[in-house]
Amino acid sequence: MPVAPAEFPPPVDPAEEFVTKPTDPEDERIEVGVAIVGGGPAGLACAIKVMQLLEDEPELTEKLGEVPVAVIEKGKACGAHLLSGANLRPSAMRELFPDLDPSEWPVYQEVTKDAVYLLTRKRALPLRPMPPNFRNHGNYVTSIAKLGRFLAERAEEAGAYLLTETAADKLLVEDRIVRGVRSGDKGRGRDGEELANFEPGSDVVAKATVLAEGTQGHLTGAAIDYFELHGLLPQRWELGVKEVWEVPKPLDRVIHTMGWPLRKAPKYNEFGGSFIYPMGEDKVSIGLVVGLDYTDATFSVHDALQELKTHPFVRKILDGGKRVAWGAKTIPSGGFWALPRTLSVPGMAIAGDGAGMVNVPELKGIHYGMHAGMYAAEAIVDALKRDSVNFDAYDERVRNSSIGEDLYRSRNMRQPFSRGFFVGGAIASLMTITKGAFPGGRWHQHPDADEEMEIDDAASGYPKPDNKYTFDKLSSVFASGNATRDDAPNHIRVQRHVPREVAQTWVSMCPAQVYEIPDEQQDNGAAEVDLNITPSNCIQCGAITAKGGRLTPSEGGDGPLYQET
Amino acid sequence: MKICCLVKEVPDAAVQKRIDPNTKRLDRSGEKNLNPFDTHGIEAAMQIREEGKADVDEIVAVTMGPESAVRALHKAVALGADRSVHLTDDALAGSDVCATGYALAKVLESEQPDLVLLGQQSDDGECYTIGAVVADHLKMPSLTQVIKIEADAEKLVCERQAEYGYDTVEVQLPAVISVGDAINEPRYPSLKAIMGAKKKPLETHATGDVGIEADRVGEQGSQTQVLAINPPPEKEAGEIIEDEDTTETVEKVVAWLDERKLL
Amino acid sequence: MAGILVYALHDDEGNFNKNSLGAISEAAKLAGELGTEAAAVVVGEIADDACAGLGAYGAGKVYRAKSAPEGLAQPIVDVMAKVIEDEGFSYALFGGGLLGFEIGAGLTARLGAGVTMEVTEIKAQDGKLVAERPVLQDSAIVDVGYVGEPGIIIGRLNAFDVQERDGGSADVVDVDVELSEWSTKAKMVKRGEQRGEEVNIEDADILVGGGRGLGEADNFKLAEELAEALGGAVAATRAVVDAGWYPYSAQIGQTGKTVAPKLYLAAGISGAIQHKVGMQSSENILAINKDPNAPIFEFADLGVVGDLHKILPKLTEAVKAKKGG
Repeated sequence: MPVAPAEFPPPVDPAEEFVTKPTDPEDERIEVGVAIVGGGPAGLACAIKVMQLLEDEPELTEKLGEVPVAVIEKGKACGAHLLSGANLRPSAMRELFPDLDPSEWPVYQEVTKDAVYLLTRKRALPLRPMPPNFRNHGNYVTSIAKLGRFLAERAEEAGAYLLTETAADKLLVEDRIVRGVRSGDKGRGRDGEELANFEPGSDVVAKATVLAEGTQGHLTGAAIDYFELHGLLPQRWELGVKEVWEVPKPLDRVIHTMGWPLRKAPKYNEFGGSFIYPMGEDKVSIGLVVGLDYTDATFSVHDALQELKTHPFVRKILDGGKRVAWGAKTIPSGGFWALPRTLSVPGMAIAGDGAGMVNVPELKGIHYGMHAGMYAAEAIVDALKRDSVNFDAYDERVRNSSIGEDLYRSRNMRQPFSRGFFVGGAIASLMTITKGAFPGGRWHQHPDADEEMEIDDAASGYPKPDNKYTFDKLSSVFASGNATRDDAPNHIRVQRHVPREVAQTWVSMCPAQVYEIPDEQQDNGAAEVDLNITPSNCIQCGAITAKGGRLTPSEGGDGPLYQET
Repeated sequence: MKICCLVKEVPDAAVQKRIDPNTKRLDRSGEKNLNPFDTHGIEAAMQIREEGKADVDEIVAVTMGPESAVRALHKAVALGADRSVHLTDDALAGSDVCATGYALAKVLESEQPDLVLLGQQSDDGECYTIGAVVADHLKMPSLTQVIKIEADAEKLVCERQAEYGYDTVEVQLPAVISVGDAINEPRYPSLKAIMGAKKKPLETHATGDVGIEADRVGEQGSQTQVLAINPPPEKEAGEIIEDEDTTETVEKVVAWLDERKLL
Repeated sequence: MAGILVYALHDDEGNFNKNSLGAISEAAKLAGELGTEAAAVVVGEIADDACAGLGAYGAGKVYRAKSAPEGLAQPIVDVMAKVIEDEGFSYALFGGGLLGFEIGAGLTARLGAGVTMEVTEIKAQDGKLVAERPVLQDSAIVDVGYVGEPGIIIGRLNAFDVQERDGGSADVVDVDVELSEWSTKAKMVKRGEQRGEEVNIEDADILVGGGRGLGEADNFKLAEELAEALGGAVAATRAVVDAGWYPYSAQIGQTGKTVAPKLYLAAGISGAIQHKVGMQSSENILAINKDPNAPIFEFADLGVVGDLHKILPKLTEAVKAKKGG
C-alpha cells in the first residue's frame, strides 16, 4: 500500500529547538566580528573577501575585535565533508584571486572535450548534437574536497580563524536579530548522556552571521522555519553517490550519461544521470545523481551506481583500475522557485547550496556559492561600517547577478521529469533552447517526502558486490574515511516505528547503511516495522532530511574525511 | 613542577600511508594531525596538575618538525599546555631514532623539565622507543608503555605491562614517562581554548639555539640507513566474505570450518 | 668484526625468556657467517650452570652482572654499554619484548648508535649485518644498514627461532658495573602481576579472541558462547585487558602469550602488530570485523566483513546444530 514518508514526520521542531537566545554568561561568550558557518566554497570565499576588504578599513577592523572572521566547520578539515562532480566555472576563482593563474588553482584540467550518452543495458548511444546544458568547455575539472583545503589555506593566510571539528548547533537570536551561533557539545554518549570528558559548546556572538552550510544546512533549515523564509515552492533534492578510481588508461573527455540503469516509466519517477570525469592522467571520478522523488522503496542510488559500473561502456573506462574513494551528498534541485523568499534577515545572510543556489540542468553550484559568499562579504562590510545589521543589499545583489539570472532561466527544468524520461527530456531541451521562455509559468513541485513509496523491484538489478569493481555499503563507508566513535550520540531524528514501505525507503536510500529493519521483522509480513539506527555510519549526505527524517550535525570532527571527492 | 609534553605531527589515521620511493622516507604530503598517543600524554599532564598533589607551574608542549608542526603545537595548547616550543631546522630532516632522540634531548635540556611525558608510539614511526633514548641523554629514569601514573612533588608510582605481567614501579623525579592509550580518555578542547591557542607563547629554535651539533642529526648524522624497500612476503590471500545475509554468511563459515575438520 | 652481544632476559626464578634464547640462536648463526663470536649478557644472581647452559644455544661467553637488578632497563643499559665498549662488540641483539625496546633505546643514546626495532630477519652482507623490518602496518619491508658501530638490533616478538647447537658450555665472566646515577632512580615495587583469574589458553586447540570491537565487557559472553560451542577457550587483546574486560592470563600478543592453535577466531580485533605477533602462527585464522581495512584481513585465512553482534550468535547456533545435530 503506497505511503508517503511525510506522514511520519521526525520528532523535531527546528525553530523551537535550534533557535535560542545566548545563554552563556556574558564574559564566557566568544566574540567575533563575522561568524561564517560552513568551511566550503561559499563560506571560505566570504571569509577571504571580508579579510581582503578589511585591509582598507582600519576602523572597521578595530571594531570587529581580535577575531574579525571565524569560520565554523564541523568536519575534521575544510573539505572533509565536501563532495561534488565537479566542473568548476572559473569566474569566481578569477574574481577572488585575480593574481593567480589557473595553473595554480587546485584543479585537474580544463575541459576540452565532452560527450553525453544515452545508456541502454548494453549500449552507449552518443547524443548528438549534445544537449547544450552539458557543455563544459572552459570549465575546470575539480575536486571540491581539494578546493576546500586550498581555500582554507588562503583564508588562514588572510587572517581568518578556522574552527574545524566544530559544529554549529543553534542559531542565537535576540529580538529577531541574529546574534551568532552556539557550537555543539562534545563528549556525549549514545543516549545523549554526558561522558567523563564532556565539554559543552559555547555561544559565539558576532556582528554578522553568514550561513554557508551547504545542502540541508542545519541552521539554515531552522532559520527558514523561524523567520518564515520559505520560497514559493518547496525545496527538493537529488542524491549523488560518487567514487574516485585510479585507472591505467587516461580518460580524454568529460562524460555525462542518462538512461540506464534508471527506469523510464513515469510511475518510478527516476530522474537523474551519471557523470564520469577525468582527474589528471591517472584518475577518474564516477557518480550517479538521482532525484529523491523516486517512488520505489527499494531503490538505492549506491547500488544503482554499482550496477552502472557493470555496463560495458563504463567497465572499459575503469578496467584494471582501483577504487580509492567513495562518498555521497545531496544537491538541492528546487532551483529558482525554491530559493528563500529573502536571503537575509537582520544580522544574517544565507549563501550557497544552503539556499539552493544550484543550476540543476547545468550541474553548477560551486562558483555560485563562491560569488554569493563574496557578495555577502561586500554587503556585510558595507553595512557594518554604518553600524547596521541590515544585509538586504546582499539579497538584491544575488538576485540581479548571474546567480539569479541563471536560476531564473532554468526555473522550470526539473519539474517536467516527473512525466518520465522522454517527455521530461524533450521539455527540458526546449527550455534550454528557448532560454526558459517556453513553457513559462511556474511548474509545480512538491517535497520529496510527499511521494508515495511502494515496494517494487529496483533491487533485482543490483549486482552482488565482488570487491573489485562493485562494493557494498559498509566497506564503502570506511573508504570515506569515516572514523566516528561507536558510542557517538544519535544525531538523526526519525520516527522509529513506521510502515514497512517507509522503513524500506530509508534502508535502501541511505548510502551508508544507517537504517536497518531488524532481521526477525524482515519477512514477518507485518505492515509496520521498527527501525534500527547506526548513526556512527552516517556520512551526513542529507538524504534523510529530504525523505521524511531530519539530519542534525553530529559531534564536531565526526563523519567522513573526504580527500579527493 | 614543570612538565614538558613531547608531541609529534603525524599523517592523519584516515590517510593512506606510503613510503616515497625516491627519498625512502614516509610521504608526509597528506592531511596531518597531532599524534593520538601524544594527546594521552597531555591529558596525563593535565590530570597531574588538576589532582593537586604536585604543584605544576607550567605544561610546555615541545615538538621537533617542519613548519607545519606548529599545528600540532596549537592543538596541544588547546588541550591545556601553557606554551609551546618548536624545534625546526632543515638540518634535522631525515634524522633516525638516534639523531631524533639526541635533538629532542637537547631542546628539552634548555627547558629543564621535572617531568617529560609523551605518547609511547607514533602512528608513523612504529618505533616505541624515543622516550627511552631521550631519557638517557637527559640522565633521567625512564619507563615506557605506562598505563597509570600517581604523582606527587618528588616521585611517581607507575604501572605498565611488561613481559611477565603488570609491573608497579616507583620513579624519582625528574623522569621521562611514555604513556599508552589505556591511561586516560583525553578531554575535548573548549572553543575558547582552541581560539586562544594561537596567542599562547610559541618559541622557535634552530639547531644552533639549543646546542645541537649538526653532524649528529639529519640524514648525514644518522647512524642507520634505509638500503631498500621491498614488498612484504607473498602470502596466500585469504578469502573475504561480506556479510549481506547473515544466515548465508554463517552457512559459509560453518562449511569452511567443516572442510578443515575444525568442528 | 668483534662479535654480537645478546641480552638474555629471565624471570624472578631464573628461567630464561624464550625470545632471548631465540636471539642467542640467531646471533650464533650470524656470528658464524661473519666469522666472529656470539655472547650473552645476564643480570642478577643467576647460577653458574644456568649461565653456562646458554652455550647450548651458541653463546661462547656469558657476561654476568650479579649486582645489577633485573626487570628494569636502565641498569642493564649500564651493564651492556660497559661490556660493549670494553670488549668491542659490533652488534647488540635483543629478542622481542618490552625490555628489549627500552634497553636498546638507552644504548642508542649512550653509544650514539643506530637502532632498528621490530626486526623480523637479519642477514649478513659484505661482512656486516643488515636488519629487515616491516613498516606501515606490515605493508612494506625495509632493509636497514648501520653506518658506524655498534649497531643495535631489536627483534620483533617471536622473530627468532630457538635452536640448540652443539656449542657446549659457555664461559661465565663476572663483570662489575658502576650503575649510572639515574639508573637507580626507578625501583621495582611489584613485578609481573597477573591481573584477573588464571585461564589456560596455551593448550587450547581452538581459541576465540575478543577485541575492542566487542564494544563492552559484557559482550565477551558472545565470544564465550561461541568458544563453548566450538570446544575451545577465549583469548583477549591487550586493549580489552587494560580496560579490565578480561584477565591478563588470556592476553595474546607482544606483552602476553604466544599461541598457535588449530583455529584462531578473531572477533572485533583489528590485527595490529602487537596482537598479530602473538597468534600469527595459528593454523587457521578466521577474522570477523566490520572494518574492511582492518589489518587482520591481510593475514586471515577467512575474513568476514560484518557486524559481530549479528554474526556471533548465529554462528554459535549453526555450530551447535552442525555438531550436535
